[in-house]
Amino acid sequence: MIAVVSETSKDHDDASVSTSSWYEASARQRVEHLLDANSFNEFIGPEWRETSPHLPLFDLPEQFDDGMIVGYGRLGGKPVLVAAQEGRFMGGAFGEIHGAKLTGLLRAARDMASVPVLILFDTGGVRLQEANAGELAIAEIMRALIEARLVGVPVVGLVGGRAGCYGGGGLIAGCCSALAVSEQGRISVSGPEVIETNRGVEEFDSKDRALVWRTMGGKHRRLIGGAEVFADDTMASFRDAARYLIEHAPSMSLSTLESEQSRLAQRIERFGHCSDAVDIWRSLGAAEPENLPALHYREFAALANDLQEPRHDAR
Amino acid sequence: METLNYRHKAPQRAKGSKRQVIVGVVASGNLEVLAERVLPDSECEVDIRTAAEGFGEIWQAVVADFVERRSPGGLKFSINDGGARPDTVALRLAQAVSAIEGERT
Repeated sequence: MIAVVSETSKDHDDASVSTSSWYEASARQRVEHLLDANSFNEFIGPEWRETSPHLPLFDLPEQFDDGMIVGYGRLGGKPVLVAAQEGRFMGGAFGEIHGAKLTGLLRAARDMASVPVLILFDTGGVRLQEANAGELAIAEIMRALIEARLVGVPVVGLVGGRAGCYGGGGLIAGCCSALAVSEQGRISVSGPEVIETNRGVEEFDSKDRALVWRTMGGKHRRLIGGAEVFADDTMASFRDAARYLIEHAPSMSLSTLESEQSRLAQRIERFGHCSDAVDIWRSLGAAEPENLPALHYREFAALANDLQEPRHDAR
Repeated sequence: METLNYRHKAPQRAKGSKRQVIVGVVASGNLEVLAERVLPDSECEVDIRTAAEGFGEIWQAVVADFVERRSPGGLKFSINDGGARPDTVALRLAQAVSAIEGERT
Protein backbone atom coordinates (compact mmCIF):
# COMPACT_ATOMS: atom_id res chain seq x y z
CA MET A 1 0.00 0.00 0.00
CA ILE A 2 1.13 3.50 -0.74
CA ALA A 3 1.97 5.99 1.96
CA VAL A 4 0.04 9.14 1.44
CA VAL A 5 2.27 12.09 0.71
CA SER A 6 0.39 15.21 1.55
CA GLU A 7 -0.35 17.54 -1.31
CA THR A 8 -1.49 21.07 -0.81
CA SER A 9 -4.98 20.87 0.51
CA LYS A 10 -7.25 22.81 -1.80
CA ASP A 11 -10.18 23.13 0.51
CA HIS A 12 -8.16 24.82 3.23
CA ASP A 13 -6.11 27.65 1.73
CA ASP A 14 -4.50 28.58 5.02
CA ALA A 15 -1.08 26.89 4.92
CA SER A 16 -0.51 27.30 8.65
CA VAL A 17 -3.68 25.33 9.37
CA SER A 18 -2.77 22.49 6.99
CA THR A 19 0.65 22.05 8.59
CA SER A 20 -0.50 22.50 12.18
CA SER A 21 -0.09 19.55 14.52
CA TRP A 22 -2.79 16.88 14.81
CA TYR A 23 -1.29 15.75 18.11
CA GLU A 24 -1.51 19.19 19.70
CA ALA A 25 -5.02 19.99 18.44
CA SER A 26 -8.27 19.53 20.32
CA ALA A 27 -10.89 17.09 19.01
CA ARG A 28 -12.96 20.01 17.70
CA GLN A 29 -9.98 21.51 15.88
CA ARG A 30 -9.21 18.15 14.28
CA VAL A 31 -12.78 17.78 13.00
CA GLU A 32 -12.83 21.33 11.70
CA HIS A 33 -9.57 21.01 9.77
CA LEU A 34 -10.07 17.42 8.61
CA LEU A 35 -13.34 18.17 6.83
CA ASP A 36 -14.11 20.67 4.07
CA ALA A 37 -14.30 24.20 5.50
CA ASN A 38 -17.51 24.96 7.42
CA SER A 39 -19.09 21.64 6.43
CA PHE A 40 -19.37 20.05 9.89
CA ASN A 41 -22.75 19.66 11.56
CA GLU A 42 -22.79 18.19 15.05
CA PHE A 43 -25.30 15.68 16.44
CA ILE A 44 -26.17 16.13 20.14
CA GLY A 45 -23.87 19.15 20.49
CA PRO A 46 -22.68 20.57 23.80
CA GLU A 47 -25.81 22.74 24.10
CA TRP A 48 -27.79 19.52 24.67
CA ARG A 49 -25.77 18.98 27.85
CA GLU A 50 -25.91 15.19 27.47
CA THR A 51 -23.33 14.65 30.19
CA SER A 52 -22.27 11.54 32.05
CA PRO A 53 -24.76 10.31 34.67
CA HIS A 54 -21.89 8.64 36.54
CA LEU A 55 -19.27 11.35 37.09
CA PRO A 56 -21.42 13.44 39.50
CA LEU A 57 -21.66 10.36 41.76
CA PHE A 58 -17.88 10.60 42.14
CA ASP A 59 -17.98 14.39 42.54
CA LEU A 60 -16.04 14.78 39.29
CA PRO A 61 -16.49 17.49 36.67
CA GLU A 62 -18.46 16.73 33.51
CA GLN A 63 -17.93 17.95 29.97
CA PHE A 64 -20.94 19.08 27.91
CA ASP A 65 -20.12 16.72 25.01
CA ASP A 66 -18.79 13.96 27.34
CA GLY A 67 -15.54 14.00 25.35
CA MET A 68 -17.14 12.64 22.16
CA ILE A 69 -18.04 14.78 19.16
CA VAL A 70 -20.21 13.18 16.48
CA GLY A 71 -21.73 14.60 13.32
CA TYR A 72 -21.60 14.75 9.56
CA GLY A 73 -19.77 16.85 7.04
CA ARG A 74 -17.97 16.68 3.72
CA LEU A 75 -14.51 15.49 2.80
CA GLY A 76 -13.36 16.39 -0.70
CA GLY A 77 -16.99 17.27 -1.45
CA LYS A 78 -18.35 13.86 -0.44
CA PRO A 79 -20.47 13.22 2.66
CA VAL A 80 -18.87 11.55 5.70
CA LEU A 81 -19.91 10.76 9.25
CA VAL A 82 -17.33 11.69 11.88
CA ALA A 83 -16.64 10.83 15.53
CA ALA A 84 -13.80 12.47 17.48
CA GLN A 85 -12.60 11.80 21.00
CA GLU A 86 -11.19 14.57 23.20
CA GLY A 87 -8.11 12.96 24.73
CA ARG A 88 -7.60 15.63 27.35
CA PHE A 89 -10.99 15.07 29.02
CA MET A 90 -10.74 11.96 31.24
CA GLY A 91 -7.99 10.66 28.93
CA GLY A 92 -10.53 10.35 26.10
CA ALA A 93 -12.03 7.42 27.96
CA PHE A 94 -15.26 5.64 27.00
CA GLY A 95 -18.21 6.17 29.34
CA GLU A 96 -21.91 5.51 28.83
CA ILE A 97 -22.80 8.69 26.91
CA HIS A 98 -19.43 8.96 25.16
CA GLY A 99 -19.88 5.42 23.85
CA ALA A 100 -23.59 5.74 23.03
CA LYS A 101 -22.86 8.67 20.73
CA LEU A 102 -20.46 6.56 18.67
CA THR A 103 -22.82 3.57 18.68
CA GLY A 104 -25.63 5.78 17.38
CA LEU A 105 -23.42 7.22 14.66
CA LEU A 106 -22.39 3.75 13.47
CA ARG A 107 -26.00 2.52 13.47
CA ALA A 108 -26.98 5.54 11.39
CA ALA A 109 -24.15 4.66 9.00
CA ARG A 110 -25.45 1.08 8.82
CA ASP A 111 -28.99 2.26 8.06
CA MET A 112 -27.85 4.71 5.37
CA ALA A 113 -25.43 2.10 4.01
CA SER A 114 -23.65 4.60 1.76
CA VAL A 115 -21.82 7.18 3.89
CA PRO A 116 -18.32 6.35 5.18
CA VAL A 117 -17.37 6.85 8.84
CA LEU A 118 -14.20 8.41 10.24
CA ILE A 119 -13.27 7.73 13.87
CA LEU A 120 -10.65 10.08 15.33
CA PHE A 121 -9.33 7.96 18.20
CA ASP A 122 -7.74 9.56 21.26
CA THR A 123 -8.37 7.30 24.23
CA GLY A 124 -6.91 5.38 27.14
CA GLY A 125 -9.83 2.92 27.04
CA VAL A 126 -12.83 2.53 29.32
CA ARG A 127 -13.50 5.23 31.92
CA LEU A 128 -12.92 3.51 35.24
CA GLN A 129 -15.73 5.41 36.99
CA GLU A 130 -18.19 3.95 34.46
CA ALA A 131 -16.63 0.51 34.25
CA ASN A 132 -19.59 -1.70 33.35
CA ALA A 133 -21.38 0.91 31.24
CA GLY A 134 -18.10 1.65 29.47
CA GLU A 135 -17.35 -2.02 28.76
CA LEU A 136 -20.89 -2.48 27.41
CA ALA A 137 -20.38 0.59 25.23
CA ILE A 138 -17.25 -0.97 23.71
CA ALA A 139 -19.17 -4.15 22.87
CA GLU A 140 -22.08 -2.19 21.36
CA ILE A 141 -19.70 -0.06 19.29
CA MET A 142 -17.87 -3.11 17.91
CA ARG A 143 -21.17 -4.75 16.96
CA ALA A 144 -22.47 -1.56 15.31
CA LEU A 145 -19.15 -1.09 13.49
CA ILE A 146 -19.19 -4.62 12.08
CA GLU A 147 -22.86 -4.26 11.07
CA ALA A 148 -22.00 -1.06 9.20
CA ARG A 149 -19.07 -2.76 7.45
CA LEU A 150 -21.23 -5.74 6.49
CA VAL A 151 -23.49 -3.47 4.44
CA GLY A 152 -20.46 -1.98 2.70
CA VAL A 153 -19.73 1.13 4.78
CA PRO A 154 -16.00 1.92 5.09
CA VAL A 155 -15.06 2.72 8.71
CA VAL A 156 -11.65 4.40 8.86
CA GLY A 157 -9.73 5.08 12.08
CA LEU A 158 -7.25 7.93 12.50
CA VAL A 159 -4.75 7.64 15.36
CA GLY A 160 -2.39 10.45 16.29
CA GLY A 161 -3.60 11.97 19.56
CA ARG A 162 -2.08 12.51 22.97
CA ALA A 163 -3.79 9.60 24.67
CA GLY A 164 -3.03 7.16 21.84
CA CYS A 165 -5.56 4.40 21.22
CA TYR A 166 -5.65 1.92 24.10
CA GLY A 167 -7.94 -0.52 25.86
CA GLY A 168 -11.35 -0.86 24.24
CA GLY A 169 -10.27 1.83 21.78
CA GLY A 170 -7.59 -0.57 20.53
CA LEU A 171 -10.23 -3.27 20.08
CA ILE A 172 -12.50 -0.93 18.12
CA ALA A 173 -9.55 0.18 15.98
CA GLY A 174 -8.90 -3.48 15.21
CA CYS A 175 -12.46 -3.76 13.82
CA CYS A 176 -12.04 -0.81 11.44
CA SER A 177 -11.76 -1.22 7.66
CA ALA A 178 -8.42 0.58 7.71
CA LEU A 179 -6.24 2.74 9.97
CA ALA A 180 -3.92 5.70 9.54
CA VAL A 181 -1.39 6.37 12.29
CA SER A 182 1.23 9.04 12.85
CA GLU A 183 4.53 8.58 14.66
CA GLN A 184 2.94 10.06 17.80
CA GLY A 185 0.00 7.67 17.63
CA ARG A 186 0.10 4.51 19.72
CA ILE A 187 -2.20 1.53 19.26
CA SER A 188 -2.47 -1.28 21.78
CA VAL A 189 -4.90 -2.85 24.23
CA SER A 190 -3.02 -2.96 27.54
CA GLY A 191 -1.04 0.24 28.06
CA PRO A 192 2.56 0.35 29.29
CA GLU A 193 1.67 0.92 32.95
CA VAL A 194 -0.93 -1.86 32.87
CA ILE A 195 1.59 -4.37 31.54
CA GLU A 196 4.24 -3.35 34.04
CA THR A 197 1.77 -3.52 36.95
CA ASN A 198 0.59 -7.00 35.99
CA ARG A 199 3.77 -8.60 34.68
CA GLY A 200 6.61 -6.72 36.31
CA VAL A 201 9.21 -4.21 35.18
CA GLU A 202 11.34 -6.86 33.49
CA GLU A 203 8.46 -7.68 31.17
CA PHE A 204 7.84 -4.07 30.26
CA ASP A 205 9.41 -0.91 31.68
CA SER A 206 6.73 1.75 31.21
CA LYS A 207 9.21 4.54 32.00
CA ASP A 208 11.36 3.55 29.01
CA ARG A 209 9.72 5.86 26.49
CA ALA A 210 11.79 4.56 23.58
CA LEU A 211 10.61 1.02 24.39
CA VAL A 212 6.98 2.17 24.59
CA TRP A 213 7.16 3.94 21.23
CA ARG A 214 8.96 1.20 19.35
CA THR A 215 6.52 -1.39 20.71
CA MET A 216 3.20 0.46 20.36
CA GLY A 217 4.03 3.55 18.29
CA GLY A 218 2.89 4.45 14.81
CA LYS A 219 6.08 3.41 12.99
CA HIS A 220 5.99 -0.11 14.38
CA ARG A 221 2.25 -0.49 13.75
CA ARG A 222 2.76 0.60 10.16
CA LEU A 223 5.63 -1.85 9.61
CA ILE A 224 3.81 -4.92 10.91
CA GLY A 225 0.64 -4.11 8.98
CA GLY A 226 -1.35 -2.88 11.99
CA ALA A 227 -2.02 0.38 10.12
CA GLU A 228 -2.37 0.86 6.38
CA VAL A 229 -1.09 4.43 6.12
CA PHE A 230 1.65 6.29 7.97
CA ALA A 231 0.59 9.92 8.31
CA ASP A 232 2.65 12.98 9.11
CA ASP A 233 1.58 14.84 12.24
CA THR A 234 -0.36 17.47 10.27
CA MET A 235 -4.00 18.18 9.51
CA ALA A 236 -3.33 17.94 5.76
CA SER A 237 -1.63 14.56 6.02
CA PHE A 238 -4.47 13.02 8.04
CA ARG A 239 -6.95 14.54 5.61
CA ASP A 240 -5.17 12.94 2.66
CA ALA A 241 -4.91 9.64 4.52
CA ALA A 242 -8.64 9.65 5.31
CA ARG A 243 -9.57 10.32 1.68
CA TYR A 244 -7.23 7.62 0.42
CA LEU A 245 -8.42 4.98 2.90
CA ILE A 246 -12.13 5.67 2.28
CA GLU A 247 -11.50 4.96 -1.40
CA HIS A 248 -9.42 1.84 -0.76
CA ALA A 249 -11.13 0.26 2.26
CA PRO A 250 -11.51 -3.51 1.85
CA SER A 251 -14.98 -4.98 2.10
CA MET A 252 -16.06 -7.22 4.97
CA SER A 253 -16.79 -10.87 4.32
CA LEU A 254 -15.93 -14.36 5.49
CA SER A 255 -12.96 -14.45 3.14
CA THR A 256 -11.76 -11.11 4.58
CA LEU A 257 -11.71 -12.64 8.04
CA GLU A 258 -10.04 -15.83 6.84
CA SER A 259 -7.26 -13.92 5.13
CA GLU A 260 -6.77 -11.75 8.22
CA GLN A 261 -6.55 -14.87 10.35
CA SER A 262 -3.89 -16.34 8.08
CA ARG A 263 -1.98 -13.03 8.02
CA LEU A 264 -1.87 -13.02 11.82
CA ALA A 265 -0.82 -16.69 11.91
CA GLN A 266 2.04 -15.88 9.54
CA ARG A 267 3.01 -12.93 11.70
CA ILE A 268 3.43 -15.17 14.74
CA GLU A 269 5.36 -17.70 12.68
CA ARG A 270 7.67 -15.06 11.30
CA PHE A 271 8.19 -12.82 14.33
CA GLY A 272 7.16 -14.97 17.30
CA HIS A 273 10.79 -15.51 18.34
CA CYS A 274 11.63 -11.78 18.38
CA SER A 275 12.02 -10.21 21.81
CA ASP A 276 12.05 -6.58 20.69
CA ALA A 277 10.59 -4.51 17.86
CA VAL A 278 14.11 -3.89 16.54
CA ASP A 279 14.46 -7.65 15.92
CA ILE A 280 11.25 -7.57 13.91
CA TRP A 281 12.45 -4.66 11.81
CA ARG A 282 15.69 -6.52 11.15
CA SER A 283 13.71 -9.61 10.12
CA LEU A 284 11.72 -7.41 7.76
CA GLY A 285 14.99 -6.48 6.06
CA ALA A 286 15.70 -3.00 7.45
CA ALA A 287 19.40 -2.26 6.87
CA GLU A 288 19.83 -0.20 10.05
CA PRO A 289 16.87 -1.09 12.27
CA GLU A 290 18.26 0.82 15.27
CA ASN A 291 17.94 4.04 13.30
CA LEU A 292 14.27 3.64 12.35
CA PRO A 293 12.92 5.69 15.29
CA ALA A 294 15.03 8.68 14.21
CA LEU A 295 13.83 8.75 10.59
CA HIS A 296 11.73 11.69 9.47
CA TYR A 297 8.27 11.23 8.00
CA ARG A 298 9.14 11.07 4.30
CA GLU A 299 12.17 8.81 4.74
CA PHE A 300 10.22 6.46 6.96
CA ALA A 301 7.09 6.41 4.79
CA ALA A 302 9.19 5.46 1.77
CA LEU A 303 11.09 2.79 3.70
CA ALA A 304 7.88 1.36 5.14
CA ASN A 305 6.49 0.85 1.64
CA ASP A 306 9.53 -1.29 0.81
CA LEU A 307 9.69 -3.21 4.08
CA GLN A 308 6.14 -3.90 5.12
CA GLU A 309 5.27 -7.55 5.25
CA PRO A 310 3.35 -8.77 2.19
CA ARG A 311 -0.11 -7.31 2.19
CA HIS A 312 -3.24 -9.32 2.39
CA ASP A 313 -6.65 -7.93 1.75
CA ALA A 314 -7.39 -8.57 5.32
CA ARG A 315 -9.31 -6.75 8.07
CA MET B 1 -18.04 20.06 43.20
CA GLU B 2 -19.36 23.56 43.79
CA THR B 3 -22.01 25.39 41.78
CA LEU B 4 -21.85 29.17 41.37
CA ASN B 5 -24.07 31.55 39.42
CA TYR B 6 -23.60 35.21 38.61
CA ARG B 7 -25.94 37.60 36.80
CA HIS B 8 -24.88 41.01 35.57
CA LYS B 9 -26.30 43.90 33.60
CA ALA B 10 -24.29 44.52 30.43
CA PRO B 11 -24.32 47.99 28.82
CA GLN B 12 -23.86 46.61 25.29
CA ARG B 13 -24.99 43.59 23.33
CA ALA B 14 -22.26 41.16 22.21
CA LYS B 15 -21.57 41.70 18.51
CA GLY B 16 -22.28 39.21 15.74
CA SER B 17 -25.10 36.76 15.17
CA LYS B 18 -23.57 33.38 15.99
CA ARG B 19 -25.87 31.44 18.33
CA GLN B 20 -23.31 29.54 20.33
CA VAL B 21 -19.65 28.57 20.66
CA ILE B 22 -17.66 26.28 22.90
CA VAL B 23 -14.00 26.74 23.84
CA GLY B 24 -11.57 24.83 26.05
CA VAL B 25 -11.72 21.34 27.53
CA VAL B 26 -12.30 20.01 31.03
CA ALA B 27 -8.91 18.88 32.28
CA SER B 28 -6.70 19.58 35.27
CA GLY B 29 -6.10 23.34 35.36
CA ASN B 30 -8.36 23.87 32.36
CA LEU B 31 -12.05 24.55 31.73
CA GLU B 32 -14.67 24.63 29.01
CA VAL B 33 -16.87 27.63 28.34
CA LEU B 34 -20.13 27.24 26.41
CA ALA B 35 -21.46 30.64 25.33
CA GLU B 36 -25.07 30.84 24.13
CA ARG B 37 -26.96 33.88 22.83
CA VAL B 38 -30.17 33.25 24.77
CA LEU B 39 -30.66 36.28 27.05
CA PRO B 40 -32.06 39.79 26.56
CA ASP B 41 -29.42 42.15 25.10
CA SER B 42 -28.75 43.92 28.40
CA GLU B 43 -28.19 40.81 30.49
CA CYS B 44 -25.38 38.34 31.07
CA GLU B 45 -25.20 35.19 33.13
CA VAL B 46 -22.30 32.97 34.14
CA ASP B 47 -23.09 29.49 35.43
CA ILE B 48 -20.18 27.59 36.92
CA ARG B 49 -19.56 24.04 38.08
CA THR B 50 -16.09 23.76 39.53
CA ALA B 51 -13.99 20.96 41.01
CA ALA B 52 -12.13 23.45 43.23
CA GLU B 53 -14.36 24.38 46.15
CA GLY B 54 -14.20 27.55 48.22
CA PHE B 55 -13.07 30.05 45.58
CA GLY B 56 -16.40 31.87 45.17
CA GLU B 57 -14.95 35.30 45.92
CA ILE B 58 -12.28 34.95 43.26
CA TRP B 59 -14.80 33.72 40.67
CA GLN B 60 -17.02 36.69 41.51
CA ALA B 61 -14.13 39.11 40.96
CA VAL B 62 -12.99 37.46 37.69
CA VAL B 63 -16.54 37.42 36.29
CA ALA B 64 -17.25 41.05 37.31
CA ASP B 65 -13.99 42.18 35.69
CA PHE B 66 -14.80 40.22 32.53
CA VAL B 67 -18.31 41.69 32.18
CA GLU B 68 -16.95 45.19 32.68
CA ARG B 69 -14.24 44.74 30.03
CA ARG B 70 -16.20 42.89 27.34
CA SER B 71 -19.86 43.78 27.96
CA PRO B 72 -21.14 40.41 26.71
CA GLY B 73 -24.84 41.41 26.63
CA GLY B 74 -27.27 38.66 25.67
CA LEU B 75 -24.86 35.82 26.44
CA LYS B 76 -25.18 32.97 28.88
CA PHE B 77 -21.88 31.31 29.80
CA SER B 78 -21.90 27.77 31.16
CA ILE B 79 -18.60 26.61 32.61
CA ASN B 80 -17.30 23.19 33.56
CA ASP B 81 -14.08 23.80 35.47
CA GLY B 82 -11.30 21.36 36.27
CA GLY B 83 -9.57 23.71 38.71
CA ALA B 84 -8.25 26.39 36.36
CA ARG B 85 -6.34 29.41 37.67
CA PRO B 86 -8.09 32.81 37.53
CA ASP B 87 -5.91 34.01 34.62
CA THR B 88 -6.84 30.91 32.58
CA VAL B 89 -10.52 31.50 33.36
CA ALA B 90 -10.26 35.13 32.25
CA LEU B 91 -8.57 34.12 28.98
CA ARG B 92 -11.15 31.40 28.22
CA LEU B 93 -14.04 33.83 28.84
CA ALA B 94 -12.41 36.37 26.51
CA GLN B 95 -11.80 33.62 23.93
CA ALA B 96 -15.48 32.62 24.07
CA VAL B 97 -16.63 36.21 23.43
CA SER B 98 -14.14 36.66 20.57
CA ALA B 99 -15.36 33.40 19.03
CA ILE B 100 -19.06 34.21 19.22
CA GLU B 101 -18.50 37.75 17.92
CA GLY B 102 -16.17 36.68 15.10
CA GLU B 103 -16.90 35.01 11.80
CA ARG B 104 -14.83 31.93 12.60
CA THR B 105 -14.93 29.80 15.70
